[in-house]
Amino acid sequence: MSWINKTVTSSIGRKVIMSVTGLFLCSFLVVHLIGNLQLFKGDGGLAFNTYSHFMSTNPLIRVAEIILVAGFGFHIYESFVLTRRNQAARGNQKYVVDNIGQNSDWKSRNMGLLGSIILVFLIVHLYNFYYRFHYEPLPFDSQNNKNLYGVVMTSFQTWWYVLLYVLAQVALCYHLLHGFASGFQTLGLNHRKYTPVIKIVGYAFSIIVCAGFAAMPLYFFIFKS
Amino acid sequence: MAGSNPNAKPMNLTLRVWRQKNRTTAGKIVDYQVRDISPEMSFLEMLDVLNEDLLRKGEEPVAFDHDCREGICGSCNLFINGRAHGPEAGTTTCQLHMRKFSDGDTITIEPWRSTAFPINKDLSVDRSAFDRIIQAGGYVSVNTGGAPDGNEIPIPKEIADRAFEAATCIACGACVASCKNSSAMLFVSAKVSQLALLPQGHVERKTRVENMVAQMDKEGFGACSNIGSCAAECPVGISLENIAILNREFLSAKATSNNLA
Repeated sequence: MSWINKTVTSSIGRKVIMSVTGLFLCSFLVVHLIGNLQLFKGDGGLAFNTYSHFMSTNPLIRVAEIILVAGFGFHIYESFVLTRRNQAARGNQKYVVDNIGQNSDWKSRNMGLLGSIILVFLIVHLYNFYYRFHYEPLPFDSQNNKNLYGVVMTSFQTWWYVLLYVLAQVALCYHLLHGFASGFQTLGLNHRKYTPVIKIVGYAFSIIVCAGFAAMPLYFFIFKS
Repeated sequence: MAGSNPNAKPMNLTLRVWRQKNRTTAGKIVDYQVRDISPEMSFLEMLDVLNEDLLRKGEEPVAFDHDCREGICGSCNLFINGRAHGPEAGTTTCQLHMRKFSDGDTITIEPWRSTAFPINKDLSVDRSAFDRIIQAGGYVSVNTGGAPDGNEIPIPKEIADRAFEAATCIACGACVASCKNSSAMLFVSAKVSQLALLPQGHVERKTRVENMVAQMDKEGFGACSNIGSCAAECPVGISLENIAILNREFLSAKATSNNLA
């Protein structure tokens, strides 16, 4: 099956993997945001804790979780391979004077940097919520669900934690501002009628999703502490 | 100079030029002063003045590539003040005129930088990687025999125009030079979509894109990050739409060709 190997290891093949996993991760962001909006419900976290219990026990969700981890894994792995290859392509001698800022966007040139910030955030985020929810003893709420809402509340009352979250959402927003539309272009989905629409949707998507996520730590920090 | 603008004041400039003896030695920036440069000179004519000065002083002239000097051949490739073909959009270096600069300016001149384009000497790079990509599939095989009738194969005007736009690529390499990844995707995409759009190119459509992309990767060019520097610096305005066409052609060829290797 060398043709498959050649396809996925070609420069276009690797970019297609970046694109497919990136757009898949965008769909995850939507689900994650909508579910977590229950934090704003004002019921002392009962709905959120019920939802957390469902998400951590439902077999279909557990299977989806494996696909999600694979999506992150491939996206991150390919970004390392491509970055190394791209740096090698330019060579050791850089331009003495380079005005690349006059012909391209900062965000489009710094997807690796933005992605690295998001990765650091992701590790902290997974430890604080995923690891502690699954492997640390947590108190139970009145409906006998683990009180993850309490963990959220105490975490988001720490100023540096809130700052990290907000900065990560800014990085994610810039990452998506380029990544969303770029993903479609890489898949060859460029059309005079639809590309302008994809770009507008991408901008709206990036801003709405990241503002929604950033609102959570800010809400708890400002109104609940 | 006949027909010259009498109001054009001559300029004195400081040039910072990349000097490198050959492929294996390290290069460096060397400063030169050039005097009495007419604003009506092309950038290459200004370099000719520099080289005449250097020859008079018994120094080695600066090596740079040039051929037609009318913006067609794609030879005159210089990275000027941090931009491929200089600050003006839609021009090759030979069509860049000194009136775009001011008296007293410092101009930094470097060669294209890409491991796939090794430096021959000074500002001259070896772009034969592009030739090898074309040899891998950027052609149409034609059987010998009587010339076919001109209108035998109907091609819609819109398709012919788009193919022609892609065909205007002069293979100068500004896309590679300006891309942070030194990617050749814009060049390859122009050649692939030009032939994929036309019926004459359909016979070798799948093998062409498979082989050209394989050769592009083999030469060591980077991948496309869709930053758009290439299209912004392209002297003939090849659009990013071609890269989407290339990716479509590549994926559909990989999925449907009979090539298992």
